[in-house]
Amino acid sequence: MNLKESIVNKINSIGFAVVKEVTEFRDDFCVKVDSTKIIEIANLLKYDEELKFELCEDVTAIDWATRKNRFTVVYHVLSLKNNFRLRIKADLEGTSNEIESVVSVWGSANWYERETWDMYGIKFINHPDLRRMYMPEEFEYHPLRKEFPVMGIPGSVPLPKQID
Amino acid sequence: MEKYHSANLSDQRIIDALIAQDPDITIEDALENEMIINMGPQHPATHGVLRLVARLDGETVMSVVPELGYLHRGYEKMAENMTYLEYIPHTDRLDYTSTMANNVAYVMAVEKLAGIEVPKRAQYIRMIVAELSRIAGHLVAVGTFALDVGAVTAFMWTFREREKIQNIFDRIAGARFTTSYTRIGGVASDLDSEAIKMIKEFLDQYKDAHEEFEKLLNTNRIFIDRLEGIGILPKEDAINLGITGPNLRGSGVEYDIRRAKPYLFYNEIDFNIPVYNEGDSLARYFVRVDELKESSKIVYQCLDKLPQGPTMANDAKKVLPKKEEIYTKMEELIHDFMLVNFGINPPVGDVYSAVENPKGELGFYIVSNGTGYPWKFKIRSPSFCNLQALPLICKNQMISDVVAIIGSIDPVMGEADK
Repeated sequence: MNLKESIVNKINSIGFAVVKEVTEFRDDFCVKVDSTKIIEIANLLKYDEELKFELCEDVTAIDWATRKNRFTVVYHVLSLKNNFRLRIKADLEGTSNEIESVVSVWGSANWYERETWDMYGIKFINHPDLRRMYMPEEFEYHPLRKEFPVMGIPGSVPLPKQID
Repeated sequence: MEKYHSANLSDQRIIDALIAQDPDITIEDALENEMIINMGPQHPATHGVLRLVARLDGETVMSVVPELGYLHRGYEKMAENMTYLEYIPHTDRLDYTSTMANNVAYVMAVEKLAGIEVPKRAQYIRMIVAELSRIAGHLVAVGTFALDVGAVTAFMWTFREREKIQNIFDRIAGARFTTSYTRIGGVASDLDSEAIKMIKEFLDQYKDAHEEFEKLLNTNRIFIDRLEGIGILPKEDAINLGITGPNLRGSGVEYDIRRAKPYLFYNEIDFNIPVYNEGDSLARYFVRVDELKESSKIVYQCLDKLPQGPTMANDAKKVLPKKEEIYTKMEELIHDFMLVNFGINPPVGDVYSAVENPKGELGFYIVSNGTGYPWKFKIRSPSFCNLQALPLICKNQMISDVVAIIGSIDPVMGEADK
């Protein structure tokens, strides 16, 4: 059994219909999973002796704007043992913007989830320190959402308070 | 009670994060025995606009919180609103110490998405410029690192060598710094004999220059004493924190994308991957110095093997035609007009393409919806992730060693802040 089949079978063993879609485009292997099971999947991928996806390279989101499920959270994980990169996608139901944080599994997800929160406004539940990564804390918008204009919103970035 | 009334909301939350790393302490205790200091964003040793907020007990760092975003230019948002071709100059501004390597990484991602085959000569030229760029990047890294810990001479010597590489880039790309040399489907201009001569001359004299500054630093007792055993990053933590590049190899993990998933023609080239097991600042410095030697070896081999042939792919719908053809032929003029105005229209899909940059793994994740503009564009920048190690490795170090640790991590804020 090759590695790709093994990944899909192992993720599917977590529960009923956890794997929703398996795609391969330009040699990038991608598994779309149930977003409510992301912690179990992360634990499995990292600690399974055969898979060992130890290095989480990237966490980001896609804003589909007009689709029924607006946001998709995308993870890129790498297995040093198998020299294999896997993309995991998790659609968030409807207009929901919440998903469980994977910081407890992959430490590197910490800043990536903060960045995704900052840019897309996706709340990572149980994240230890969910602050904005780039924008000031008073900023009200999430700039990479499609409704945010490229030119920005005048007056939205607060200036430092004047000291008398 | 308003605990820190002068701070704004961002600063309050940074201080909360500082205290949260040590749950036993209260703010009153901290005020009694400890001190919170701010370092940066305008600080010569933080390599740009990195800001650190550190909690000190005497001179010992108890915890540190890095704060990013002072150079955030919204490159991911901008990318969604321009064609793939228009974006090439912006990749120069990511890791501005090794511009060519960024150019190569970006166009490789777009070519993967659009399915463009690049001629062999163009790929070899890309390898040459990427490795020259790696030499330039590491020379800056080693030079400024030495400067940070007090060895000023080495900085002058490494920058003198880097200056020669900038002159080569001037000859090849027409610009010393903001090169924008690669194009989708090839490179902007061929390497002429003068450029090849310049590269050969540089490499021939570089060997001695390298030994010169390496000897200067490696026999400098103050330099070694300030780095040895400082900022140890254990192997497991390095993997967990997603560290890549020389910092990962300094912690004993032999992972280099050029070897693990060879792109361009790295599988035809003979080179070593330096790995050190200590994981301290000195090991990270040694990895970079050894990589400098390996990179010059790679450039020599590329020059020997450099094949003849075109430097741009022949794919009218996706690759820009030659200038002379645009001016003389109708069809090429139409293609050029369509490509410049509406962009190449890659198929619907998403790709992640990663290369080994001087700082680590530079990846681009592009989602295309079939139009000329990317629907989503994500830069996975190595400096951003490498900085995540700072809170861990600065803990219980002296405040003066924080400067050495930042230098050994070698962040470039242009790419960490995007």
